[in-house]
Amino acid sequence: MTTTPRKRIGLYELTWRLPIIVWQCVFFAGPVLFMVAMSFFLVRNYRMTEAFDFANWERMLTRGFFWDSYLYTVMIAAVSTVCAMCIAFPAAYALALRASETTRRWAIFLLIIPFFTSYLVRTFSWFVILSESGVINALLANIGLGPFTMLNTSFGTLVGYMTLTLPLVVILQTVTMANIDRTLIEAARNLGCKPMATIWQVIIPLSKTGLIIAAIFCFILSFGDFVAPFYLGGSQEPTLPILILDTTKSGQQWPRAAVVAIMMMLTLFAIAFAGIALAYRKRKGAK
Amino acid sequence: MNSGRLLNIILGIYVALIFCFVFAPIIFSMIFSFNSQRFPTIPLGDFTTEWYEKIFADPDIWEAALNSLIVSSSAAVIATFLGFCTAYSDYRYTFRFKGPYLALILLPPTIPLIIMALAMLAWFSKIGISGQIYSIVIAHSVLTAPFAMAVIRLRLNQMDPDLEAAAWNLGGSEWATMRHVIIPFCKPAIASALFLTAAVSFDEFAVSWFVSGLNKTLPVVILEIVQGNIDPQVNAIGTFVFLISMTLVVLAQIFFASRQLKSIRS
Repeated sequence: MTTTPRKRIGLYELTWRLPIIVWQCVFFAGPVLFMVAMSFFLVRNYRMTEAFDFANWERMLTRGFFWDSYLYTVMIAAVSTVCAMCIAFPAAYALALRASETTRRWAIFLLIIPFFTSYLVRTFSWFVILSESGVINALLANIGLGPFTMLNTSFGTLVGYMTLTLPLVVILQTVTMANIDRTLIEAARNLGCKPMATIWQVIIPLSKTGLIIAAIFCFILSFGDFVAPFYLGGSQEPTLPILILDTTKSGQQWPRAAVVAIMMMLTLFAIAFAGIALAYRKRKGAK
Repeated sequence: MNSGRLLNIILGIYVALIFCFVFAPIIFSMIFSFNSQRFPTIPLGDFTTEWYEKIFADPDIWEAALNSLIVSSSAAVIATFLGFCTAYSDYRYTFRFKGPYLALILLPPTIPLIIMALAMLAWFSKIGISGQIYSIVIAHSVLTAPFAMAVIRLRLNQMDPDLEAAAWNLGGSEWATMRHVIIPFCKPAIASALFLTAAVSFDEFAVSWFVSGLNKTLPVVILEIVQGNIDPQVNAIGTFVFLISMTLVVLAQIFFASRQLKSIRS
């Protein structure tokens, strides 16, 4: 039912194609482009005036605190991605290749539930659980340990990131590995390949694309989250999202916040692009 | 075989631990919502419904709940309509610039919400539509439309491409075919999409917080309470919101399942 591109577009076709173009241009592309323009605006006497000036860029990019925050955010998002991928892998492996179809379906259904619970409430819950007189320290005190400071540390931030990303990463890894052609794994085993070697040389290469996509999503989510570093990490080292929040909400410096946001988007584009290139790169000798 | 069984047991325990981690905050928040201590710890305090009584007596929370309901239902309708249009265009036609066209609807979820929040706040202020309930509706429709599109597109995949052509051959116009063939076929997916987008919208807080002005939704109220101090009311609201979201998800699942049953029967 494909129409040739040259054909005149009828009313019927336009009815279905146009609404989204208009809506997303005005309410999605519009905001993003305006934010880029806004990064060149000036703020005078607490009022934003339209201009074309590099002052905001200069101010943000020449300051040490911006780059400190930038490096910290990239680093902790990367650590979060590595943690989530490593923690999730054995579970996904078990669910994808060792569990029954029914178990897998139930597990995925259960892992979807967190997406429909308030992330804020879950973070608040961790705040109470991890605090110095909270549940974990109370339990540890019974066996004579602690108390440990877990809040307001990078560990706290990571717990928050894991809360956000782990269910998604497990789901994506499981779905990817469940789609591997089982006969290839059988073949490797029949040819005398040890289980660990099978994982490294057969399963991981075969699910490379899905794994990389899981990692990209994990990075995007951690990189852009302000709740975990704010409430569990104590924002002692402000991440970029917290910088945006502070600059917008308290400082009224929207153009500077726009600079931070654009830097974040560029970073994410670069990482997503590199990841996708890596995911679809053909191996030497492969078809 | 024996080492294989041992490995299965170890992996089983590991999976259970992961689930414990994922569900710990949800379950603890529910327990804390019935716990009398202001700062909950172990051993637990007495059973109480104090926090629920407090939130049900608070007019601000009722107003926020009403706002949330209005926002999520309106955003769901718009997002599902947009998702349907895009899914159908993608299914039926090939055209130039289809890539950018699809990117326009599918990109929003890949951009961190805090960035969308800033961009939308600035743009909405510029064109004079910020700080209203409908500002949140517009923002959420943009953010959730891709989910609706995905659900409906999957359903269209299951449709026999000759079905539409058959209807035309029998003399049905394109519009009549849409009304009598395609929309009935997509109905379960449309219902799923409505509930799914409503559930996503119901929990979103970053963009709502930025663009809502004084019209707070429930997650924004939670955010503001959490900022102040430790207040177990948050657990009570969270449990309440959880029940609403889960009802929506289960309803979406039921529509999804009934659709599968029907396709098995036919």
